[in-house]
Amino acid sequence: MSDKKSKNVFIKGAISSEFIGNSIAKHQTKTSIGAHNIFLGQVRADLVNNKTVSAIEYTAYEDMANAKFHEIREAAFEKFELTCMHIYHSLGTVNVGEICLFVFVSSPHRKTVFDALEFIVEEIKANVPVFGKEIFEDNSHQWKVNN
Amino acid sequence: MLIKIKYFGLLTEVTNCQEETIDFSGNIISELLELLFVKYPNLKNKEFQVAQNQELVPVEAKLLSNEIVLLPPFSGG
Repeated sequence: MSDKKSKNVFIKGAISSEFIGNSIAKHQTKTSIGAHNIFLGQVRADLVNNKTVSAIEYTAYEDMANAKFHEIREAAFEKFELTCMHIYHSLGTVNVGEICLFVFVSSPHRKTVFDALEFIVEEIKANVPVFGKEIFEDNSHQWKVNN
Repeated sequence: MLIKIKYFGLLTEVTNCQEETIDFSGNIISELLELLFVKYPNLKNKEFQVAQNQELVPVEAKLLSNEIVLLPPFSGG
């Protein structure tokens, strides 16, 4: 029973721990699953030139981003034996310590979810047009660059 | 032909807008960029990629859409 349809990926603001917990709970009825793996991206209080990041404000070229998320889903289902996968990314302001990316993969077996999760997160970082503006405590900003 | 150009991230601070419409008579994306570099000299120093029909395309590509999007380096997650 795969869950391959296109989903709404973007969430306004931070992704709450309640939302993440509920997502896990919803999978208890899917009893062919033997392993879940979860990636949570958290906003880091980087220190740049003596100024501390207090939040990241995310924007995206949403049409292309949704198309890319869909392609990544299709590629992941093609490449790995997944029962289901979910991706959620924040838009707008996410404060330090809050979650901005939630990727959740499930499969009958553990090795599949270890490999699939890394593949999906790296694809998102490289190919999805999302832009992070790091806001400092004094309200100045710089544009984030992924390593 | 009227072309809608959209800007994202850092680029919106160079152009001071998120989108604009430009009357353009050429048919190669790089020619359109040359026009933009005249309008926004600082744009030339910025790293960006061009998307057409929601796909990244090389600047030598033909203009196939009336909407072109300029994207700075991605920084999601």
